[in-house]
Amino acid sequence: MKKSVRINVNGETRESEVEPRLLLVHYLRDVLGLTGTHVGCETSLCGACTVMVDGRAVKSCTMFAVQADASDVTTIEGLASDGELHPVQQGFWERHGLQCGYCTPGMILAAAQLLERNPSPTREEIRHGLEGNLCRCTGYQHIVEAVEYASKAVISDK
Amino acid sequence: MARYVGQRVKRTEDPRLIKGLAHYVDDIRLPDTLHVAFVRSIYAHARINGVDTDEALKAPGVVAVFTGKDVSEKIGPVPCAGNLPDLKVPDHRVLATDRVYFVGHPIAAVVATDAYSARDAAELVVVDYEELPAVVDPEEAARDGGPVIHEKFGSNVAYKLTAGEGDIAAAFASSDRVIKQRVTNQRLAPIAMEPRGVLARYFPGERELTLWSSTQIPHLMRTQVALMLAIPENKLRVITPEVGGGFGSKLNVYAEEALLGWISMQTAKPAKWIETRRENIQATIHGRGQVGEIEIGCREDGTLTGLRYNVVADLGAYHQLLTPAIPTLTGLMLSGCYKIPAIQINVTGVFTNKMATDAYRGAGRPEATYVVERALDLVADELNLDPVEVRRRNFPSPEEFPFKTATGLFYDSGNYEGALSKALENAGYEKLREEQKRARDEGRIVGIGVSTYVEICALGPSQAMPAGGWESATVRIEPTGTVTVMTGASPHGQGQETSFAQLAADELGVDLNDVTVVHGDTSIVQYGIGTFGSRATAVGGTAVFVAIERLKEKATKIAAHLLATDAANVAFNEGIFSLKAAKGKSAAAGDGTAAKDSDEVPEPMLPAGQDPAGALPEPAEGRTKVTIQDVALAAHLGRELPPDTEPGLSATYFFEPKNFTFPFGTHICVVEIERETGEIKFRRYVAVDDCGRVINPMLVDGQVQGGIVQSIGQALYEEVVYDEMGQLVTGTLMDYAVPRASMIPWMELDRTETPTDVNPLGVKGVGEAGTIGATPAIVNAVVDALSPFGVRHIDMPVRPEAVWRIINNSDE
Repeated sequence: MKKSVRINVNGETRESEVEPRLLLVHYLRDVLGLTGTHVGCETSLCGACTVMVDGRAVKSCTMFAVQADASDVTTIEGLASDGELHPVQQGFWERHGLQCGYCTPGMILAAAQLLERNPSPTREEIRHGLEGNLCRCTGYQHIVEAVEYASKAVISDK
Repeated sequence: MARYVGQRVKRTEDPRLIKGLAHYVDDIRLPDTLHVAFVRSIYAHARINGVDTDEALKAPGVVAVFTGKDVSEKIGPVPCAGNLPDLKVPDHRVLATDRVYFVGHPIAAVVATDAYSARDAAELVVVDYEELPAVVDPEEAARDGGPVIHEKFGSNVAYKLTAGEGDIAAAFASSDRVIKQRVTNQRLAPIAMEPRGVLARYFPGERELTLWSSTQIPHLMRTQVALMLAIPENKLRVITPEVGGGFGSKLNVYAEEALLGWISMQTAKPAKWIETRRENIQATIHGRGQVGEIEIGCREDGTLTGLRYNVVADLGAYHQLLTPAIPTLTGLMLSGCYKIPAIQINVTGVFTNKMATDAYRGAGRPEATYVVERALDLVADELNLDPVEVRRRNFPSPEEFPFKTATGLFYDSGNYEGALSKALENAGYEKLREEQKRARDEGRIVGIGVSTYVEICALGPSQAMPAGGWESATVRIEPTGTVTVMTGASPHGQGQETSFAQLAADELGVDLNDVTVVHGDTSIVQYGIGTFGSRATAVGGTAVFVAIERLKEKATKIAAHLLATDAANVAFNEGIFSLKAAKGKSAAAGDGTAAKDSDEVPEPMLPAGQDPAGALPEPAEGRTKVTIQDVALAAHLGRELPPDTEPGLSATYFFEPKNFTFPFGTHICVVEIERETGEIKFRRYVAVDDCGRVINPMLVDGQVQGGIVQSIGQALYEEVVYDEMGQLVTGTLMDYAVPRASMIPWMELDRTETPTDVNPLGVKGVGEAGTIGATPAIVNAVVDALSPFGVRHIDMPVRPEAVWRIINNSDE
């Protein structure tokens, strides 16, 4: 009883036959081999699995692949363009916004969405915007600084 | 020389991590991999009358189902390295057989062709349980007459231990005041963002087993799993790929690691298990779990006379690797950063029907610092002194180091007053106190908490460690001039791929990007101990440093040969070996002339990456300089070596530290409490930490910040809760409250730098500082805020409800 899905992932259309219960994160990781998206809790509480679906940051551990049918999905692997790091990726590198790196892909995608909605957020707004993503290593301060770095980079680019 | 050391160098490991291209265990894909799901106990304590696997075996995709009966004779017990007198050690098998002792205790392993099928089939395994009364409360567990978990021991007491020096009874008898307080350090879950995971692959022909595991101790794990599986240690390879955080929870050898290896050996296929978060909270070690009474004696002027801590340690149902040893670290650190002539700890370690406690970031030291720093505030309160003043009066002065404590330690170096004054200045302490007074006059509830801490790091001298306290390094310069550093430490977020490369690049005068730090593969890296106890840089980094020194000695000899001179005439500076100028025209290494000289040297003759074939160094005649890359090539070509010199350019060093190191600092926290809700809001957080010499300040800040936030978790939010039946109530991240970004204050960090002579780098370690120094500062601030309501102490996690009740049930 597999269902066919057609999902545009990182700019490439992928067609697959999937079980209806297959989670989007497992589709990305196990069917497409995009293992940059991580699973941290399976209950949408930690945000490690965050990807963009049609421009919105979603937790792919609690969404079925079939629900993403006909959608555009961006994962961490698709965030850099033409070999250029996304400003948020650059910010995380510059400001030491990661340690073990496990929460990082989800954190970066959540931060990217935050900046799309609010290009120059305050520190409080950054903290609030990243509330859905847990990090156990950094204590968040360098993540806040990373997002500030990215915010300034985006603004000075425009 | 220091082009990189001391600088905020961006991490070399980051590009793969921020692009999603790194490989954690679950990202490693092998063909034909089988997937394992566990059936785990739903009861805290039960007899198992049978396990019916028939339906599970018929389920689609299922290859095998293994129960305790299948494996208990074939796989050795899960190891415990804690070696205490008269310690009761239960037989801890990888799967339960006739009894289960905690919720999450593994009973059966279901093996299937994919992870979904394995989990489906696990639901079909029927376990016939006969529930038994659970032992949940550690203090009740310590008493006679209740249910006994491991019947053969006759009681739930695993061990009793008394430690400390000085006559405590006499000390208390001669004190002006003796203050007592019951204190708890609640159970915490480490919650590394990557849960545990194991991938096992057995090659029957070669009889080689490879385990990829999310662990902090690849070599120790190899030794232990080889023993458990009764296979030769040199036929087992442990690889730690990217590890998504550990915090001590992966400083262990777990049942699943051996079992997955065994399953791969049975099936001759790769086998993988990735822990779910629910399993992680049930069956990965917990931390803390102490309840006790602190007694502190003092004179009227605040001078401390003695300290006693009677504590019950909640060990859980079994010993994991270091379970019983954790409270001994608490005992060692009970002197804090104070002169206390008599100290005694009395530990009663008890079994309970819960997951084992073990090393969680700080591992016994946060518990000590918490009780000591709370006790210091109680003394201040009792004598009506400022908490800062009480601390000051009892500090040893910098001249008193090495400072001997009544817990038997020698603190290496310290300037406690220095860190304290800097923190007070940064916080504007006196002004804060004035503001607090004004705020109180306005009816606001504001508190200021101070903690001056010392911690024990760089674990440690082998004499004091259960399984070797040294660390190893091999440094090799390849024929093309790139540098490979192999460390026995096993970084998993700390950033030693960068900091060790900083060290090597400076010492060898090469570019940072020409250094690769290799770790976490027992078939590539010489035996090592691992990353825990804030040891990787202080012990492992020193091994790297000394290995480089030895490498340079050999390289200098070869360079001298190439330059047709004696080694004594060769200077090395920034990657260039050059002839020392004749006497009078000094150009020795390190002086300005040599540096200027080397600046003018053209690009190395054999830059990294160049094919060595045919690229022989120029004949030595007439040369005054050779690069380290020239030397590396010559060392490998072997044609132009001085007599009695081995070819190759590699050095290995195993560094045995002569002592621990003792970093310290001061944390100051300001909170304000909402009268209507009891909510605790941070107003300021100021920290001054001293971890000795700093290799990369950015990484040090990151360690401190992360540690402080885990402290905030303990102080205000986190607690592993089992109900009276032993059911785990906080089994998901919905119930177990890991701090989120919005709950955290801006941390104002600063440092003092007091080097140590324990190692030639002068570094002390910083991995656990935040978790040790911060918790008491936060709780002291809350208690200070509530002191007008008559509060002297409050237990962690300080929940708004408890605070609200205090405020609203008091007449103030």
